[in-house]
Amino acid sequence: MERLKSIQDLDGLRQRIIEKRKELRKRIRVCTGTGCHSQGSRRLVDAFQQELESRGLTREYMVIPTGCNGFCACGPIVVIEPEEVFYQRVKPEQVRAIVERSVVGDEIIEELLYVDPTTGERIVHEFEIPFFAKQKRLVFKDTGSNYVTDIEDYIARGGYSALAKVLSGMKPEEVIDEVKRSGLRGRGGGGFPTGVKWESCRRAHGDIKYVMCNADEGDPGAYMDRSLLEGNPHQVLEGMIIGAYAIGAVEGYIYVRFEYPMAVKNAEWAIKQAKDYGLLGENIMGTPFGLDMHVNRGGGAFICGESTALMASLEGKVGEPRGKHIHTVEKGLWGRPSNLNNVETWANVPLIINNGGDWYASMGTERSKGTKIFSLVGKINNTGLVEVAMGTPLRTIIYDIGGGIPEGKRFKAVQTGGPSGGCIPERLIDLPVDFEKLKEAGSMMGSGGMIVMDEATCMVDVARYFLNFLVEESCGKCIPCRVGVKRMHELVTDMCEGRARPGDLERLEELCHAIQETALCGLGKSAPNPVLSTIQYFRDEYEAHIYDKRCPAKICKALITYVIDPDKCTGCGLCRIKCPEGAVIGAKKECHCIDEELCVRCGICMENCKFGAIYIE
Amino acid sequence: MERNLQAVDEIIDQWGAKPESLLQIMLDVNHHFNYLPRESIERISKRLRMPISQVYSVATFFKVFSLKPRGRTIVHVCTGTACHVRGAPKILDRVKQDLGLNPGETTEDMALTLETVNCVGACASAPVVVVGGETYSEMTPNKMAEIIKAIKAQKAA
Repeated sequence: MERLKSIQDLDGLRQRIIEKRKELRKRIRVCTGTGCHSQGSRRLVDAFQQELESRGLTREYMVIPTGCNGFCACGPIVVIEPEEVFYQRVKPEQVRAIVERSVVGDEIIEELLYVDPTTGERIVHEFEIPFFAKQKRLVFKDTGSNYVTDIEDYIARGGYSALAKVLSGMKPEEVIDEVKRSGLRGRGGGGFPTGVKWESCRRAHGDIKYVMCNADEGDPGAYMDRSLLEGNPHQVLEGMIIGAYAIGAVEGYIYVRFEYPMAVKNAEWAIKQAKDYGLLGENIMGTPFGLDMHVNRGGGAFICGESTALMASLEGKVGEPRGKHIHTVEKGLWGRPSNLNNVETWANVPLIINNGGDWYASMGTERSKGTKIFSLVGKINNTGLVEVAMGTPLRTIIYDIGGGIPEGKRFKAVQTGGPSGGCIPERLIDLPVDFEKLKEAGSMMGSGGMIVMDEATCMVDVARYFLNFLVEESCGKCIPCRVGVKRMHELVTDMCEGRARPGDLERLEELCHAIQETALCGLGKSAPNPVLSTIQYFRDEYEAHIYDKRCPAKICKALITYVIDPDKCTGCGLCRIKCPEGAVIGAKKECHCIDEELCVRCGICMENCKFGAIYIE
Repeated sequence: MERNLQAVDEIIDQWGAKPESLLQIMLDVNHHFNYLPRESIERISKRLRMPISQVYSVATFFKVFSLKPRGRTIVHVCTGTACHVRGAPKILDRVKQDLGLNPGETTEDMALTLETVNCVGACASAPVVVVGGETYSEMTPNKMAEIIKAIKAQKAA
């Protein structure tokens, strides 16, 4: 390790790192992102390390625990560089064979390869897999190949060169101009132009200014910020340092959810390393510019993703938002000018500085520039993180990249924008995804969660789910949100449980509009979105619940019954044995039936039946 | 409690007795005891020179804090959107039924606490359940019943 004393030192350091790595013949990348981690990829890293050590091969071959690869559906993932041979669903007991045949040897292990579900073909290289080939990975490009605990890996890849460029002659105003020219808009949901925000903060009066990174990714179903901060924290950090220079900030905060312990750890570690290398702290790279940085953990409150609530929480208060007649860029943390951007926004900054604002603005649509990372989850084959240019049609994301809906079911809707967003139905599948188009469709970009729903998803139940979430997460400061959302939840719950009366749907709509107009902050104002968008596109489903007491998707428990088909039942008795409630009755080898009174509709019988004899009515 | 308060003091010293450290101190204390004992809240209030009502308001505002002792193992059922559409409600029902607990409750022997979490960011493997820090992916009611059986057997042994 060496401390950089001047801007020129960075190039020298990079050359030396690259030189040092020339001895390396192959790198074995093991994804340790959340998806792969939960499937036990950490054990794979240890197994590879042990195997290489026992063979005395650690000089020529290296195991690299990387950030999220993005193709979470295939986890745990192992990629062998330089050829980029892609192995999926790897187990520790296969490590020996991989080292023997594919690392030391140059053989391909067929059974570990990815199989294209449409053509049935086995694909060898990572870049040939349609999931990757159809994406435009810029911000998320290195996360899956980055050695998460090694700053040298980031530097070798050209890391911190944007910072060097800024510090070696760009004026703060020039940096802001570049960001403004790029057309970058906030990736946390608001979509406010980043350059304009920076400019306001630079112009605001005050000796002490702050930069902040919002990593309180509260939208359920979105995990791109987590993956970026966990997998490539230096890219986020570099963006923040550049931003601090442009704004004139002296201190920075990264606010991370406590539910993301690895993101907290990796961010802390990245700060320490950057300080050791003279890239953070006083006199960055020998220049007069200095910046201090802290990591703060949140306490699991959704509202703390809102700027004023986040700052209140940083001050040691309850995370309640305030009215925004004065913006946080003028009076934020401790009443001082504060610039808050989301993780992905910060991660975009080094790219813009390195390649220029015009380059960035050449991608995307008229008003939404660049790319966006989406977390493609729910009822979809290729779950994972995907990065596409703004304006990419929904169809491309869901079918070409996402590989369509599992089990041959029909696509029904996609939910975007988290609890403040809405559901986009099948007939809008060719919608180009950008800030404006999503808003026109009654939803929003949010932080980029895309939860795909198939025909077996009940839209009324989805609306109830989001209302339940918002009731829990409402901070309670203003009445429309505290009381109004609760009343909405009661109305929708009545629908799901068969108690709804005619007129309830109209009452619900009226309430939605009242809350939209009167709530204090963004959370309350957008709380009716999931309800309004589902009513707009799936009104018939609501009506079926209210008037026919029927759940067309067969999800709402109070409106369904489990039935055994006497023609298919063989009387094997498995459902009877497995039923935890003792609700299945029947003698061996005779047709069974379900006691409706005892049945709790858990579905264990259906899951266990080998003859498909149990169905929902 | 005297010895325990020493741990609280150490945590406060580590973060500094200033208002902006409040949340960080409380997170560590909550982690240390698995909940926030009354005495620790009093101590934090005194050392940070902050009204006890403010400490309590923060303690009751954030989901992570518990004012009651929690079980040795915590079962977190993720109820994020991705988990929801892939059947999390059925998993939660199963746990509730089998443990006889509602979210936020603890078994009498202090072995298990059931909690829900809005998203653990492992959406690709939905639905997920986190038991004692270990993430179980692609859950079904059946698999959930098996896990609970295993925990109960462990407890009996």
